[in-house]
Amino acid sequence: MIRLQAIQRKFVVGDQTVYALNGVSLEVEHGEYLSIMGPSGSGKSTLLNIIGLLDHPTSGQYWLAGKDVTGLADEERAEIRREKIGFVFQLFHLVARLTAAGNVELPLTLAGLPRPEREERVRELLAAYGLTARARHLPGQLSGGERQRVAIARATVTRPEILLADEPTGNLDRSSGREIIELLESLNRQGLTLLLVTHDPQLGRRAARQVQMRDGRISGDGRGG
Amino acid sequence: MRGADILRFSVHALKGYPVRSVLMLVAMAIGVAAVVLLTALGEGARRYVTGQFASLGSHLLIILPGRSETTGAHPPILGETPRDLTLDDAFALLRSARIRRVAPVALGSAPASWGRRERETTVIGSTADFQRIRHLKLAQGRFLPEIDPRKAAAVCVLGAAVRAELFGPEAALGRWVRLGDRRFRVVGVLAPQGQSIGLDLDEVAIVPVASAQALFDSPSLFRVLAEARSREDLSRAAADSRDIIRDRHEGEEDVTVITQDAVIATLDRIFGALTLTVAGIAGVSLVVAGILIMNVMLVAISERREEIGLLKALGAASGKIQLLFLAEAGLLSLTGALLGLGLGLLGVWAGRELYPALSLAPPAWATAGALAVGVGAGVLFGVLPARRAARLDPVQALSGR
Ligand SMILES: Nc1ncnc2c1ncn2[C@@H]1O[C@H](COP(=O)(O)OP(=O)(O)O)[C@@H](O)[C@H]1O
Ligand SMILES: [Mg+2]
Repeated sequence: MIRLQAIQRKFVVGDQTVYALNGVSLEVEHGEYLSIMGPSGSGKSTLLNIIGLLDHPTSGQYWLAGKDVTGLADEERAEIRREKIGFVFQLFHLVARLTAAGNVELPLTLAGLPRPEREERVRELLAAYGLTARARHLPGQLSGGERQRVAIARATVTRPEILLADEPTGNLDRSSGREIIELLESLNRQGLTLLLVTHDPQLGRRAARQVQMRDGRISGDGRGG
Repeated sequence: MRGADILRFSVHALKGYPVRSVLMLVAMAIGVAAVVLLTALGEGARRYVTGQFASLGSHLLIILPGRSETTGAHPPILGETPRDLTLDDAFALLRSARIRRVAPVALGSAPASWGRRERETTVIGSTADFQRIRHLKLAQGRFLPEIDPRKAAAVCVLGAAVRAELFGPEAALGRWVRLGDRRFRVVGVLAPQGQSIGLDLDEVAIVPVASAQALFDSPSLFRVLAEARSREDLSRAAADSRDIIRDRHEGEEDVTVITQDAVIATLDRIFGALTLTVAGIAGVSLVVAGILIMNVMLVAISERREEIGLLKALGAASGKIQLLFLAEAGLLSLTGALLGLGLGLLGVWAGRELYPALSLAPPAWATAGALAVGVGAGVLFGVLPARRAARLDPVQALSGR
């Protein structure tokens, strides 16, 4: 599903050069549940952004579903993000002026689906995530856990193959964090490939495969807990 | 993404920042309203002035003694004054097949009196055709009789104001008034003519031309009015008039022939240019509105970085982002422009109600132009912010870096 080879990502700030990723090779199979752990600044977010085609590697190669996506044009990368990838962020990134339903509908609108179909899918998904009562609420009127559930609904409403979650529990209390992880895990059980970045070892150990990062490299890659 | 969805998204985004959106709407609306109002004023002035001239009579030629334009061919000889225009000159013009009728005009000033009332009055000496050429309406009685223009007759037609001052509430028809040292019987009274370019016909007494010449003891004419057979004949009639007078004045071209067309055309051009100028000045405010839209959009984009990053993460390509923001700019400027159009037309309507004489009317080109320039400026100045939004790096936008 995902194959990275010798990925480097270099940032130049003033006269300083930072290697956020420094030779990362990684293969992830379809339907895997993989946690990425490591200290802050070790390159976890950068790795996720490159896998999600939000960022470009400075060097190295990337195959997605057997296709070399390293040098694709903006339009094609956007299309892959739209169809194959869902993002969940630590800070939710909900659009404040749109209701919960409006936020979930957004990817379907971008994909050009007709309105009745969009609304039907949004209704189904909100019901499945226990958010029906919150559909007309603005993000500001929701709790953190609810916001993240809306964000997950938005990330999965297009039925992507890969879900990239960057510290999705980082802004939540323990119990809502647990609920969110359980929701993500249930999605994984339904076949979604799940890449979960966390610096909470307790959460990270729940994954079937655990990747450790340090200084822009993969320092450990273990299966089973 | 579907067109309707792009629109809905833009409208929603604009509503999300109401103060900012209203500000931009107002700026655009003021610009468009200014163009509509100012060009309506210019156009109204143009119509008013050319209308005044048109009311002097159709296909009118005015022949004045003396040359007002120098051709260089005949340098004026010192001491030589132009020949007077005479009655014979005037009627010689009828030799041209293109001239239907002529009215010689002698002009002078004389005290007019009836009983003990007296006032200084402009006396016009002319013929019956004067009425036809100037389209004069009578309030009472008849105009000058159709008599041999070389014969004096003791009759006169009074302007409305003169009649009112001399006679007050009493009847004027059939009474004898004194003009200078002669007495004339009032045969007609002009209807109030209103303000007209040149002479105020409410303030005159009109007598047969020979009587005026006798009164002022001078054979010369103030001018000759001639009417061409048709509008198409006007310039040929003017040339004929020049030729005929030159023949009679021993080859000297010592008259000026003004066609009413030429006067109107000149005024038309002057006021047209004026309208264009104010349109240009008002148009600047449209560009200012465009720049304001650009400025506000730039601020909006830096405030909406997170949203832009998110849209990209959700699979919006850069081109799509650009389109979304251009749609916002376009929508704003179009709404603002339409609002301004409504406002401008409302102003024009109010102006018409208040000053009906100034027939305010925004020219179609100005209205269409204001809309086009307004929307054009809005979209054009929307391009830079939209491209900036499109170029935003989603990772940085989402991390708030
Ligand atoms: N846009 C950027 N400009 C400069 N340095 C960056 C940028 N993004 C990330 N970095 C650096 O790259 C390294 C890895 O960052 P990141 O992937 O966010 O780490 P993590 O998510 O593991 O905390 C850090 O040292 C960070 O400072
Ligand atoms: Mg991070």
